[in-house]
Amino acid sequence: MRLEPKPAPSLATTLLFPVGAVAVTVLVASLLVLAAGANPLSVFGLVLKGAAGSQFALMETLTRATPLIFTGLAVAVAFRAKLWNIGAEAQLYAGAILTVVLGTGALPLPAIVLLPLIAIFAALAGAMLLLGPAVLKVRFGVDEVVTTLLLNFVMILFVSMLLEGVLKDPTGLGWPQSQKLIAEARLPRIVTGRRLHYGFVLALVSALAVWIVMKKTTLGYEMRAVGHNPEAARFSGMPVNRILLKTALISGGLAALGGFSEVAGLKGNLTLDLSPGFGYSGIVVAMLAMLNPLGVVVAAIFVAGIFVGADAMSRTAGVPSYIANVMVATALLTMVTAIMLMRFRVRWR
Amino acid sequence: MTEAFDILLQTSFWVAAIRIASPLIFATMGELICERAGVLNLGIEGIMVAGAFAGWFTVYSGGDLWAGVLVAALTGAAFGLLHSTLTVPLGLSQHVVGIGVTLLATSLTYFTYRLALPEVTSPPKIEAFQPLPIALLSDIPLVGPALFAQTPLTYLAYVTVAVVAWALYRTPLGLAVRAAGENPSSVEAQGISVTAIRMGAVMVGSALMAVGGAFLTMSAFNSFFFEMVNGRGWICIALVVFGSWRPGKALIGAVLFAAFDAYQVRLQQVTGGVVPYQLFLMLPYLLSILALVLVARRATYPKALMVPYQKGER
Repeated sequence: MRLEPKPAPSLATTLLFPVGAVAVTVLVASLLVLAAGANPLSVFGLVLKGAAGSQFALMETLTRATPLIFTGLAVAVAFRAKLWNIGAEAQLYAGAILTVVLGTGALPLPAIVLLPLIAIFAALAGAMLLLGPAVLKVRFGVDEVVTTLLLNFVMILFVSMLLEGVLKDPTGLGWPQSQKLIAEARLPRIVTGRRLHYGFVLALVSALAVWIVMKKTTLGYEMRAVGHNPEAARFSGMPVNRILLKTALISGGLAALGGFSEVAGLKGNLTLDLSPGFGYSGIVVAMLAMLNPLGVVVAAIFVAGIFVGADAMSRTAGVPSYIANVMVATALLTMVTAIMLMRFRVRWR
Repeated sequence: MTEAFDILLQTSFWVAAIRIASPLIFATMGELICERAGVLNLGIEGIMVAGAFAGWFTVYSGGDLWAGVLVAALTGAAFGLLHSTLTVPLGLSQHVVGIGVTLLATSLTYFTYRLALPEVTSPPKIEAFQPLPIALLSDIPLVGPALFAQTPLTYLAYVTVAVVAWALYRTPLGLAVRAAGENPSSVEAQGISVTAIRMGAVMVGSALMAVGGAFLTMSAFNSFFFEMVNGRGWICIALVVFGSWRPGKALIGAVLFAAFDAYQVRLQQVTGGVVPYQLFLMLPYLLSILALVLVARRATYPKALMVPYQKGER
């Protein structure tokens, strides 16, 4: 078989293929629901209701989408330049650590000064963490996939060490958790009585900012050029290595802001289960969005809806909530296939 | 200080080192085959999880131990088929598909585990493989028990390295696999399908990764629990680079790594809790990164690694 490039896809095909990808995902999930002895229609009804059936559900979904927007943006920026950052998980924790270090009373400042300061330092921590693998890549040719993956494991051990050591909450009854943030370091709630916080607004602003950088600035153009064809970019005189390092700083910083937002907006302290794999889900979010920063927002809400809805569903229908993870992984694979089929025609002879 | 050195003379240390190395050997050989054919398989971590569960669950449901190994291998091959269908004929990004396969294999495994054992809090144990000392050889001091008083699965790991090395360098099929990773059009010129070779290599490689995972549940921990693979797959990817894509060197890398891992556990006990234990647990991951940095400059990647092949394209 051969693949032949198609002419520019029409609007209809641009919509048809992603819909097909979602349909296959739903089909796979239906088989699992049947295996669990439940009725797919009622289960999907429960998922939908749990994700968007009420104001409460909708707000929960947006709350869950917030860290996914940050990690999704981090991955989208990096993958656009073909910098394979699989370490958003670790960078998110780096931001969370800085938030706790600076936000538990070390700096007696008013919220209006303290919050931006913490956000900047959190982003710097994440940026520095990805700079390491990026430098190893451009200087020594070390594959960043493996280094960023391995650093995820190092980071969670590092957090564990801090939470049992210097950052341990003395009043925490021995649990590995940090002290609570002071009130000035907390991001306020958007609606009182709901968990949705201003981290979500920060995520939307970040998405817009990244979109502007990618579409309207020289740096964005250079990043796309490096990702498209590094040899051609180098030949045309672009400082490819410098561009990759800048990409790493932006990507790592974005993921770390996710950690800041989770701690300062939602949890109020740092624990070992801060992220149930937000870094990895960010890869799915970025791919579903076809690496478009604004698409990341939509994709993150979609993925968050699956997780929140499946949690609610599993409590009543008895289908394990891991079905959400299966759906998200399946959606990733079907979506990349759909994008390819949108651009190429398969010829069997 | 002498205590730290004495560890190296303990028989139990070397026995543990070889036991820790065994799953890494299977999975490293699996990844090596894939990469030699030109396909980076980042599905490794998830395939190991699936293999660990498939093998354990077969035995838990009343199957024979070797049937468990077979089921694990077939499960791995199935995920290999999925991975290679997307990456070889369709030419999708091997990074993205690999991560996708890892996420899918892991989540499907967890889903199945919860479905099969909804009420379980502590994971049930199985009657796993027992050590099978080989007469005479296992009586050699230090080396004997370490190499020849292990479970049959460890012996299978030795055999796997020998077979992979022989097949890659001494058979026409191995030549075709290596050529598919270096210069695919030369394979096509021989009238052999690059697609078939690459897909076959990924399926066989994935089967080995799954057996590596099954070692954990069937020859080490004797039960299945979440996050038991714990980055071993990613370490194997580093080991392939460290071993310059050669089975023998990769084997040495796996044993060295495992010895280090066994050593840090014992060193923790010697230092007696002064140093946080997390620092010791970090060392294997940091060591893998360091190893990559050391070899990266002179690493000779298979030339067509991660390059999709289209028939008739130059």
